[in-house]
Amino acid sequence: MSDGPGGKESRTGQNGPTENGREPGRTYDQATYAVSDDENEPLLTEKRSDTVEPGDALPDDLTRDDLTLPNPEEPELARHYTRLSQMNWSVESGPYPLGSCTMKYNPPVTEDVAADPNGAVHPDRSADSIQGTLGLLAGLQDYLARIGGMDAVSLQPPAGAAGEFTGIAVARAYHRANGDDRSEVLIPSSAHGTNFATAALAGYDVVELPSAEDGRVDMEALEAAVSEDTAALMLTNPNTVGLFERDIEAVADVVHDAGGLLYYDGANLNALLGRARPGDMGFDIMHYNVHKTFATPHGGGGPGAGPVGVTEELAPFLPNPRVEATDSGYELVESDEAIENVHGFQGNWLVLVKAYAYIARLGDSGLRDASAKAVLNANYLAEQIDLDVPYGPFHHEFAATAGDAAAADVAKRMLDFGVHPPTTNWPEMVPEAMLTEPTEIESKQSLDDLAAAFNNALGSSEDERHDAPSRTTAKRIDQTSAAREPRLSWQALEE
Amino acid sequence: MSHGSPQQGGSPYAPHTDAETAAMLDAVGVDDEADLFDIPDPVAFDGEFGIEPRSEQALRREFSELLAENDDLTEFLGRGHYEHYVPSVVDSLSKRSEFLTSYTQYQPEITQGFLQALFEYQSMLVELTGLEIANCSMYDAATALGEAALLAERVRSADGEVVLVPEILREGKRSVLENYVDGAELRVESYPTEGGTADVDALADAVDEETLFVYAETPTVRGCIEPNLAEIGELADEAGALFCLGSDPVALSILEEPASVGADVVVGEAGVLGLPTAYGMGLGMFACKEEFLRQVPGRLVGASEDADGTRAYTLTLQTREQHIRKQRATSNICTNQAWVALRAAMHAAYLGADGLVDIAEDCVTLARDLAADLDDITGLRAPVDDRHHFREFVVGTDQPAGAIADDLEAEGFAVHVLGEHRLQVCITDANAHAADDLVAAFEEVAA
Repeated sequence: MSDGPGGKESRTGQNGPTENGREPGRTYDQATYAVSDDENEPLLTEKRSDTVEPGDALPDDLTRDDLTLPNPEEPELARHYTRLSQMNWSVESGPYPLGSCTMKYNPPVTEDVAADPNGAVHPDRSADSIQGTLGLLAGLQDYLARIGGMDAVSLQPPAGAAGEFTGIAVARAYHRANGDDRSEVLIPSSAHGTNFATAALAGYDVVELPSAEDGRVDMEALEAAVSEDTAALMLTNPNTVGLFERDIEAVADVVHDAGGLLYYDGANLNALLGRARPGDMGFDIMHYNVHKTFATPHGGGGPGAGPVGVTEELAPFLPNPRVEATDSGYELVESDEAIENVHGFQGNWLVLVKAYAYIARLGDSGLRDASAKAVLNANYLAEQIDLDVPYGPFHHEFAATAGDAAAADVAKRMLDFGVHPPTTNWPEMVPEAMLTEPTEIESKQSLDDLAAAFNNALGSSEDERHDAPSRTTAKRIDQTSAAREPRLSWQALEE
Repeated sequence: MSHGSPQQGGSPYAPHTDAETAAMLDAVGVDDEADLFDIPDPVAFDGEFGIEPRSEQALRREFSELLAENDDLTEFLGRGHYEHYVPSVVDSLSKRSEFLTSYTQYQPEITQGFLQALFEYQSMLVELTGLEIANCSMYDAATALGEAALLAERVRSADGEVVLVPEILREGKRSVLENYVDGAELRVESYPTEGGTADVDALADAVDEETLFVYAETPTVRGCIEPNLAEIGELADEAGALFCLGSDPVALSILEEPASVGADVVVGEAGVLGLPTAYGMGLGMFACKEEFLRQVPGRLVGASEDADGTRAYTLTLQTREQHIRKQRATSNICTNQAWVALRAAMHAAYLGADGLVDIAEDCVTLARDLAADLDDITGLRAPVDDRHHFREFVVGTDQPAGAIADDLEAEGFAVHVLGEHRLQVCITDANAHAADDLVAAFEEVAA
């Protein structure tokens, strides 16, 4: 926790409900740096800027007239960004139980190995001169293949959605190579939005599959939807309400019998580490979200990495190049059947190093414990909260319903109790959904605090929830006017 | 174990003591964690990965030894991935865990810091490009180009199905573009270049009513500053096509402002700031005219007010994005390069306009001086292209270029091989200290 001016702690008693009826639990205020009633830490441009004209290195007809940018002195720069950092929630600030996001603790040792100057090489170096880099990538390809039960892995995709795009492009190339013109991708209605957008990006029509009453794939609907137009079915397992697709073998058979491929969205892989592998379930293609499952930091939205694993039959279609170990060392190999690339070079190197380091740090026993504790934590937390969880048995995450309350308001109220709330209003199959994934890193104490925040938010009055949050850097932000009159730069603020 | 340390053999980052685990299992009503898994036997995995857990110390030793197998070469490499010295303060501030370990700002009330930093990043790109809108990142220059072509396909002010790119476009960038436009059934075609920049007469012949999108770069992948940007912009405009300019924030600090030459979209590699050499990892810059606002791919940060009337920042116009619009979204992007954008903004603010312009001017003069030094060596001609250069330039060789590059590698230097008698050399503030040594090595091996 930062030690900013607002970083004080209050505690509402150790045992039982307190005078105001709230459950006990630590609650923290957020740091804020108000400089006036209507302004926090000023923008850089509101501090000091300078305007400079280009010198005489180039003729005037090739240069701009002038350039204006902020120009803080280094100490002021440090304070500016330190203050901003203190106005920002993070995994190291407290619980961050966003469903489907897998916000784990990011071990600093992985930062240290990624910062090794020997790893800072240009992508056009000769393979002979970067055997260490290629050896590391080969090692990660191998580990990911083992963990997912896949035969070959590409590390090129720079994010999960890029992994999806790679995987669906591989499916497209496979069908084209067979002279098979297929036009549809099947996706459960509860899937991540990226699945739909990816299929559309790859030129496919999306066929949405409704869920069965038990929250899983509806086999009848699947059989009715599958046809010779089916290029692939995209699934995540456990699905987005945490349920294992018990009929996964039958699902695979239905899709394969129609000539389609089965795609695994790796967003929920943390639930299965060491306990089940997509390759063993009949999946042909998968992506790994290393920024989720393998604890590389999310960095406020990225960078991530979305390596893609495939079966042996599909390996020739992975993007070029891939790293291979040979008798004379590591080589970059190319395939004539490869899809076009998904990154200008070879993806997010720094992220890949951290993922490899995390896997190596945990090993078999640690990975298996991660899934055990992730699932235990989700189940324990669900027991402690007053909200209903309509679908089960769930694994690493659960979709609670806020019932008559608005999930978005409950979430805002949770901010006042010192935690980050879960993902809200998604998936749509659960009304007023609060999709919650505590991950394995939360202790029992932390889960109890989180549960108290849930319950206190739900137990607050509708007005309290509507007016929340009150103990954060910013109070409730007006989203409507932000979208209606977009001001997306400091230049726009001056208009 | 009563208190304190996690279970032996478990994840070092799962904090449960045995007693806590037992209490939690009891609360849930099962005997063992395994009972919580609803996995049918036929698909359960009971094997081993064969991955030995490492201590922190062992991990550091292993990775250090592995990466030490890379040859220690001084790189004079560019062609899309560049290094400028990143000051220590950028590293230390960006690695603050509040930035590094935070998520996308879906709860803006407790993520004002990162939102403001991204708003500042967007604003800096607005200043550098002269265009009204910048998003808060794509993955890299290549994917930003792919997204730009798809934006052209969606907007009303352009129609056609041909995407025109220079024939010298870097192969990997072309490949990504091909991948992105495949689903939209657009065609990528090349236009000729002359002397390392666009052949404007040939481009005029290539542009017609089928042209949707014209892409040009400055500097080009051969390091040449494009002298005819305004003409290219006019050609695109006359054909009802969008003009997309590829560049980077360091080059843009002194080169012609994209808006002034008619650019509709600007893409490129913004990781030239904030990101040291990282095996091609990047930061996709994306800026465009305001009229395309609702078709922009990726996240946008906007200013608003909170309930107290205080200025506040939030992700906005999210109805463009995949988590709301699904298959009708403007892009499938979710995770982006936010932390790299944070670092780029920090680096730009550290430099200020003065420092940024200085670095950019050095990119011109360092390349000019190095080319002149190499040109003085028997068996070398530099620069091959009769243009002003930025960071890099092509070198003609009498001896086979591959052999020269091999010999240079033996002397401790890495350069690009373009063809049988063509090398490319890149110089910035990061490797300028070794320029004299490179020239001496060339003298040894080029004749």
